[in-house]
Amino acid sequence: MRYISAYMTKLIADFDWFPLLLSLKVAALATVLALIIGVGLAWVFARKPFPGSSLLEAVCMLPLVLPPTVIGYVLLVAAGRRSPLGNWLREHFDYTIIFNWHGAVVASAVVAVPLVLKASGAAFAGIDRTLENAASTLGAPPWSVFFRITVPLAWPGILAGALLAYARAMGEFGASLMVAGSIPGQTQTLPMAIYDAVQAGQDDRALLLVLVTSVISILVLTVSKRYFSLR
Amino acid sequence: MTTLTSLRRLGLVLLLACGSAHAEDITVSAAASLTNAYTDLARQFEAQAPGTKVKLNFGASGVLLQQMAQGAPVDVFASADQATMDKAVSQKLIDTATRRDFATNALVLVTPLQDGPAVASLQDLKSAAVKRIAIGKPATVPVGSYTQQMLQSAQLWTVLEPKMIQADSVRQVLDYVGRGEVDAGFVYRTDAAIMPDKVKVAATVRTAQPVSYPIAVLADSHHKALAASFVDFIVSPAGRAVLDRYGFGKP
Repeated sequence: MRYISAYMTKLIADFDWFPLLLSLKVAALATVLALIIGVGLAWVFARKPFPGSSLLEAVCMLPLVLPPTVIGYVLLVAAGRRSPLGNWLREHFDYTIIFNWHGAVVASAVVAVPLVLKASGAAFAGIDRTLENAASTLGAPPWSVFFRITVPLAWPGILAGALLAYARAMGEFGASLMVAGSIPGQTQTLPMAIYDAVQAGQDDRALLLVLVTSVISILVLTVSKRYFSLR
Repeated sequence: MTTLTSLRRLGLVLLLACGSAHAEDITVSAAASLTNAYTDLARQFEAQAPGTKVKLNFGASGVLLQQMAQGAPVDVFASADQATMDKAVSQKLIDTATRRDFATNALVLVTPLQDGPAVASLQDLKSAAVKRIAIGKPATVPVGSYTQQMLQSAQLWTVLEPKMIQADSVRQVLDYVGRGEVDAGFVYRTDAAIMPDKVKVAATVRTAQPVSYPIAVLADSHHKALAASFVDFIVSPAGRAVLDRYGFGKP
């Protein structure tokens, strides 16, 4: 018994915190990015539909159903060395998202946008438009109506979407692996660390990482459930 | 006859039909660098033994070992280094009597054909212009392990380590170099020959031990005879000819 607890203590003491901290950081930034894009798009689709907007909305929802490897490949082609964008960034700023933890943020944001989009869209649809119209009639400019009437009323739905996005970004693996690679100490997130540990036969480390990931994901989902039922 | 009886009879007939029509097949786990050569070899083997099917499973040798250790139903294992095969033997996975060496290879330093800084030797990798070098993960990918040993003996490992991008297989290293996402990479000579339009060989590197490929039948194989004849085919003159064509050296 003492031997087992000594072994467990060593396992936990030697625990490499980097993948966990990186995953928390990447997921946070990806959620912020997904919120900006997702809430913005949801508002446009809900309040200012234009010809082709439903098609655009379907395209924006694609990352939810496409395999992560497709998303990874699209990002590689769009931002890689040989792409116009990637080339331009490299030439002028010596910057690339490939093999960079920023790439993991971009990949995670892309897969999180559909979740924010759907949740915010539903929230916006449930708002009483007369309140918004009343505000504009009283002289509030559109951005003021948005930030002081629309968003506060839609807040529980948007927050639920954000929490789902965070959980999804924490678990993002396929696309971020293709774009950012799994460089220990630089771009290796929690899911990648589990994958590497399993591949190398380090089952104890893999199990510990799985437990950590599960606990965090359960926490996030439990909190988000509360906000879903508030709506 | 009741419906149930006739259904039972139909079921039995179908089951028997499946049994007799079922041709023998074997599963071969082979190192990623053998992808093209073994695809050809498997087709030739099936052609000369009609009714058999060879299912190929490619990946880094270390990963293949993990699969077999976890119980994957593999019949033949072809590894890119002796070390991984030795590990398989120590885990009692291999029928050691069937183990043979069937090919050799060489480690080369490759660079993208078009973009990137000029690299002509190992020492050029130290320059600031070379920002990223792709290697296989030393723990699970034989080419990574050869690379690490070679760089350590050349006193270059510690200085180059911050620039390294570790890949899951030799083909992934090749892909990174082919895409231009890294400035240089270490693959086998046979892999570099697959993409002459995207990568070029900057230098051939001497490794401390020869890059030697062993093959063996698994101890738990359910198709030992067919697996053994596949191994015999690989080391036969016909198999040698195919491996030659892809640039593999003699064992």
